[in-house]
Amino acid sequence: METFYDVMRRQGITRRSFLKYCSLTAAALGLGPSFAPKIAHAMETKERIPVLWLHGLECTCCSESFIRSAHPLAKDVVLSMISLDYDDTIMAAAGHEAEAIIEEIVTKYKGKYLLAVEGNPPLNEDGMYCIIGGKPFTDQLTYASQHAKAIISWGSCASWGCVQAARPNPTRATPVHKVPGIGNKPIIKVPGCPPIAEVMTAVVTYILTFERFPELDRQGRPKMFYSQRIHDKCYRRPHFDAGQFVEKWDDEGAKKGYCLYKMGCKGPTTYNACSTVRWNGGLSFPIQAGHGCIGCSEDGFWDKGGFYDRLTDIHQFGIEANADEIGVGAATVVGAAAAAHAAVSAVKQARTKGDND
Amino acid sequence: MAIQTPNGFTLDTSGERVVVDPVTRIEGHMRCEVNVNSDNIITNAVSTGTMWRGLEVILKNRDPRDAWAFVQRICGVCTGTHALTSCRAVEDALGIEIPDNANSIRNIMQLSLEIHDHLVHFYHLHALDWVNPINALKADPRDTSALQKATSPRHPKSSPGYFRDIQNRLKKFVESGQLGPFKNGYWDNPAYLLPPEADLMAVTHYLEALDFQKEIMKTRTIFGGKDPHPNWLVGGVPCPINIDGEGSVGAINMESLNHVRSIINQTIEFVDNVYIPDIIAIGKIYYDAGWHYGGGISGTDALAYGDIPDKPNDFSAKNLMMPRGAIIKGNLNEVHEVDHRDPEQIQEFVPHSWYKYDDESKGLHPWDGVTDPNYELGPKTVGTRTNIKQLDEAAKYSWIKAPRWRGNAMEVGPLSRYLVGYASKHTEFTDQITDTLGALGNAPVSALFTTIGRTAARALEAQWCSYKQRYFLDKMIANIKAGDQTTANTESWDPSTWPKEARGVGFTEAPRGALAHWIRIKDQKIENYQCVVPTTWNGSPRDNEGNIGAFEASLMNTKVERPHEPVEILRTIHSFDPCLACSTHVMGPDGEELAKVKVR
Repeated sequence: METFYDVMRRQGITRRSFLKYCSLTAAALGLGPSFAPKIAHAMETKERIPVLWLHGLECTCCSESFIRSAHPLAKDVVLSMISLDYDDTIMAAAGHEAEAIIEEIVTKYKGKYLLAVEGNPPLNEDGMYCIIGGKPFTDQLTYASQHAKAIISWGSCASWGCVQAARPNPTRATPVHKVPGIGNKPIIKVPGCPPIAEVMTAVVTYILTFERFPELDRQGRPKMFYSQRIHDKCYRRPHFDAGQFVEKWDDEGAKKGYCLYKMGCKGPTTYNACSTVRWNGGLSFPIQAGHGCIGCSEDGFWDKGGFYDRLTDIHQFGIEANADEIGVGAATVVGAAAAAHAAVSAVKQARTKGDND
Repeated sequence: MAIQTPNGFTLDTSGERVVVDPVTRIEGHMRCEVNVNSDNIITNAVSTGTMWRGLEVILKNRDPRDAWAFVQRICGVCTGTHALTSCRAVEDALGIEIPDNANSIRNIMQLSLEIHDHLVHFYHLHALDWVNPINALKADPRDTSALQKATSPRHPKSSPGYFRDIQNRLKKFVESGQLGPFKNGYWDNPAYLLPPEADLMAVTHYLEALDFQKEIMKTRTIFGGKDPHPNWLVGGVPCPINIDGEGSVGAINMESLNHVRSIINQTIEFVDNVYIPDIIAIGKIYYDAGWHYGGGISGTDALAYGDIPDKPNDFSAKNLMMPRGAIIKGNLNEVHEVDHRDPEQIQEFVPHSWYKYDDESKGLHPWDGVTDPNYELGPKTVGTRTNIKQLDEAAKYSWIKAPRWRGNAMEVGPLSRYLVGYASKHTEFTDQITDTLGALGNAPVSALFTTIGRTAARALEAQWCSYKQRYFLDKMIANIKAGDQTTANTESWDPSTWPKEARGVGFTEAPRGALAHWIRIKDQKIENYQCVVPTTWNGSPRDNEGNIGAFEASLMNTKVERPHEPVEILRTIHSFDPCLACSTHVMGPDGEELAKVKVR
């Protein structure tokens, strides 16, 4: 079997570019430069992997995000790293010729292909709210899942249900892991609406490079990107701790880049890499551009109250805390509890400080 | 056997039925069926939207200020245009005026979407209908180099060595037998007309465009924090401007404005030197070969709402830089006014859609829209309800409703906008059209009313948009220089200031065409929300009178080289840039009744 490196060489990629690619990959994964030779070695000894990328009820934002990847480039992923044999958004074939590919790959690469799912299937109306080849999308999904090596649930639709599953979920849109008949395979959730491009390509690259699936948290997300809250690594965090908040849109605090907590920011309860990896080649992320995080990588984020509602109840205000305690709280308590704790102390500080502003 | 439609088409179902499902290289899910006669001419066309999500019912009782985020998820390809439309609808309902800077930033974001969407559509969704990557292997790179220098002398990547490298990469890819996205393509179909050197040039630009497109959207990341799905704000934009004060480094400042300008300049260069020359080169070869199919109703019935307000908060035709109006029955001498609030103008029909009205002989204005899903198949359907082999278009056959303007099926999109601009004698558009017709060898105006014309109009519009981005950046900087750094109007942010009941309309020109949202607000919550979107117009099934929609009309009378290989069908359907997630989610005020779906 041809190795990954062979394939890249065959694609006309020079050894020098190949090694450069390996060090960029190491950087993208947050690894030190010493890992680059290891990645190079791995790629010289592994085969290319076929990928079936299916689309259910969705908006295609995950694919759109994927093609914006800065490292590696989408071009290099599609032409040189994986064999993207089915993806109805970009494939040349249509109709029967397209459908035939799924059967061919499932038969030829039993247990060896990756199944990537964007969107999710509706279960109401016998699945006919999403029809592919005259049949419900659930048929295509469950069939392709039976012999996959693993399933990647791209984005919040496949991971949690996302917008079409928001109350009252009229079509009974269902995330991949809850679909009846789905193959008993490892499922890697890469949530976000959409996920960050470089996170998507890094998850793929990780699997190819280390020949294993990334370590997942209890909810099935790769720990390397989803184990910390936006708030934990937010560059505006010092303003939160100092009690300096944006009080209304476009006010002095907004212009100075103060904390957006009072404007409804969901950073304190959202696990994602936006405040570290950032978006579109590390250019920015929502908070940096003046809007709070809406929590788009969290399960059921559409139904957790308004995007401009503060996270905590005001009746808890007034409890004493200092910056050190906030730090301890954030590190040891998960989710809303920590946010409440931190917020409480910060608001207290804000009140005190507010007199001076 | 033949049926005459009121909008001038003769439908004949006697020939062989060909089914294309899934239609690929589009957003969302779609099916197409055609009848082909013994001369391989399409005599009947049936287009079906095959997905439905019900987003508007999900919006009921939510905070109107949150609506932009929900409806933005209608589509991640035309990401942001629904959000902008929603902000405008809420602002219209509540009488909120946005600041000048917010108008400029919104316009830059909307324009960058148009450019990105058009470019990615042409190279990555549409090109493989015209370009044969396998044939590119036969090219002599020196010929491609000569062709590149002749078609676009300013494009720096034009050496024979450059094209040889790309060809080698392609060759090795093909020889591997793992064709990825090119697998099972129709590469020996005679419908592909380009010589090898043009195929190689186009494949090269497919890759260049894939690398470049991610830059275009960075303006939206600067202003909106991420892309796809940047952030918006009712009342303005969320990003503050702080040009030289404390904390300026975290806001829109000189550095970010410079970055935006750099992206705009690069975009202009790419569109001018790659996209436009490619369209002319490829279009001319197909046009000269006599491939003039795909016009449908584009030359007779065109609708544009207009967009890109020069001054903020003025949505009159004269303040909108993208044209506004309706043309019917091919009369280019009259551009009709379009009024979203007039119950007689825009109406949606459902006799051939999987929805139910009390009286399906009538259409409903979006204010009064009803959506009661009703998935049922006609008696002549072949197959079962969960395994459809052939649809019965005499009955219900699509998840898309049929919107009509004063009873007329209309085409929307870049070509319609250009037609309205042309009929309005707006020189920015007439000049571009004249130049293009000249480049096609002094072709007549009717050359526009084709699949080629539709694809060319999209490129012309990308060019127009790329220069208008610069206009709005300059405008914003001048405004800042004059002392105005405001980006949001928060007077009506607090819901307690709102009237008990309000209703509004917002509209934009999405990349794919005219888009509008209608909102009703009651007790600070959304009472009803309706979207009528571009692909609902273009991809609509038949209406109560039997008028066929733009997709179906465009396929009529097209010759197909090989009936079982849908190259020509894909080529024409793709020329509309279909967006099915957009078109098939429409939901009415009775949405909570959805559990009572009736199935025959």
